[in-house]
Amino acid sequence: MTNDKQLGLAGTVAGLGLAIGGLAFGAFLSQRRKGGDDDAPFYTRKSPDSDNAVLGRTVTIRKPRAELYAFWRDFGNLPRFMENVETIRKEGDHRIWVIKAPAGQTVEIKTEVCEDVEGKRIAWRSVEGSDIETRGSVEFADAPGDRGTRVSLVMSYNPPAGNLGRTIAKLFQREPEVQARHDLKRFKGLMETGEIATSAHRKENTRAARQREKET
Amino acid sequence: MRALTWHGTHDVRVDTVDDPEIINSRDAIIEVTSTAICGSDLHLYDGVIPSVLPGDVLGHEFMGRVVETGSDSTLKKGQRVVVPFTISCGGCFHCQIQQFSACENSNPAEKQDMSAKLYGHSMAALFGYSHMTGGYWGGQAEYVRVPYSDVGPIVVPDHLDDDKVLFLSDILPTGWMAAENAEIQPDDTVAVWGCGPVGLFAIQSAIVMGASKVIAIDHYPNRLALAKQLGAEVIDFRKTNVREALIEMSGGIGVDAVIDAVGMETHGFAVDNLVDVVKQKVGMGADRASALKQAILAVRPGGRVSIPGVYGGMTDKFPLGALMEKGLQIRSGQTHVQRYTNDLLEKIEDGTLDTTFLISHRLPLEDAARGYECFRTEQDSWTKVVLKPGMDMPAAN
Repeated sequence: MTNDKQLGLAGTVAGLGLAIGGLAFGAFLSQRRKGGDDDAPFYTRKSPDSDNAVLGRTVTIRKPRAELYAFWRDFGNLPRFMENVETIRKEGDHRIWVIKAPAGQTVEIKTEVCEDVEGKRIAWRSVEGSDIETRGSVEFADAPGDRGTRVSLVMSYNPPAGNLGRTIAKLFQREPEVQARHDLKRFKGLMETGEIATSAHRKENTRAARQREKET
Repeated sequence: MRALTWHGTHDVRVDTVDDPEIINSRDAIIEVTSTAICGSDLHLYDGVIPSVLPGDVLGHEFMGRVVETGSDSTLKKGQRVVVPFTISCGGCFHCQIQQFSACENSNPAEKQDMSAKLYGHSMAALFGYSHMTGGYWGGQAEYVRVPYSDVGPIVVPDHLDDDKVLFLSDILPTGWMAAENAEIQPDDTVAVWGCGPVGLFAIQSAIVMGASKVIAIDHYPNRLALAKQLGAEVIDFRKTNVREALIEMSGGIGVDAVIDAVGMETHGFAVDNLVDVVKQKVGMGADRASALKQAILAVRPGGRVSIPGVYGGMTDKFPLGALMEKGLQIRSGQTHVQRYTNDLLEKIEDGTLDTTFLISHRLPLEDAARGYECFRTEQDSWTKVVLKPGMDMPAAN
């Protein structure tokens, strides 16, 4: 087997976990709290409730809860570890997320914070005027002993109809769960080590450099 | 710079590639003075490790001088350092409990999926050892970018030659951890499969830890002679029935602990091993584990099984029944190098451990491709190859 094939296979395998399909948008915030038959997070169920496919992921970060909450609450920080998010800027009470799309395009999402519990939980949702309907939440809980903080990210989105919608759907369906997982891992790395791991050997080969180039 | 690059199975070349540069603030750039070819590099050379890409710089055993430091590096220019093959951040849960080879941050997020799928968890990054473990360029080169240089590299004093300290990067701590994992008690008899560098260091470590008898198993006369020189009794598995011999040599009880320092490309002749060879060749990826299977059958009930040998995938016909019924303890893993380097440096300095006896060849980096070929095909006489970037090529004759 060639190595290219094996890499491709790995990508496919990673992609298989998604099965996001056409995501219908549900009130997952309330769903989150609804008890199932067992104690597992709802997004790990084998048969998710029909209209409520969302992605969720938890990491444990060896940093205090308050510090992690504060970093995330400053939304301008998020593009440092969210690969597809170019910038997040403030506009009144809202924030505008500029997200990379195929063929050098970008899409914009206008969000509002709909829940904010200091040190524990932040939730946001898109409002009128966004290219995509989306919701997200991040929760911070103390891990046992000195293990730090458990950080859980849950996201859901609903691409609009039409050509742009299909393009966006393509972009997001490529690997939304994989993307979220990578973003969360990068957040963990940034918090624990002060940097984002890269095996590049030249600056021009890094993600940050490519991003800088694109912006200029 | 010049560097040994991978181009395919049995195709490695010394090419001119980009010099590395500092990217993150904890990085340092090391100018390599010595680097070795590891037995596990032969798995890359033989094409049995997935996700190696053409152009990748190999090598994970290296040392040299610090030539450049990022703003948060604790190293100083000019310091001589040995660099652990495992890349560890020092800040995550696993690094904090000294399980450095399970570092959660060194393997870039986008490279973690393959190992996460294969093993249930992603692997830490290693230098020069496929993209599954990060895709970092390795040490068989003139220069290396070393991430987290405040955590990994160990500064070595100038009075100790490269040959004495180079193996702190991998095989010495690997052999030591293999013996530690065998939980050796003073009256124990310990059997070690494979007298390559890791096996030899495991033998030496087991003796230092007080084993009353160490039995080494291989078929290369020179390698068995090296084991004997260390104080081991030896068995040539091509001439002797290993299981019967081990029972007899341990007074009918069975050996107390076994160490598999062979790994996935064993040379057994058992039918299932031959089947595994075929599967490996056609890409079905079964690891040949005949040494491990034999070790599990040879160890006494309640005994310990230590596996420093490298395995990457699955294996067939594993003697799970023997494992359970005999109540064996099994320990394995990539080495937590950073846990051992300071203690082992002391043992090198005070003469408890000798590391130079197994070096058979010293070659210029330029001659690295020949080093790989000979290390693979002439295993009896080529026990360990050290590459020196500064060394001149011998004149053509």
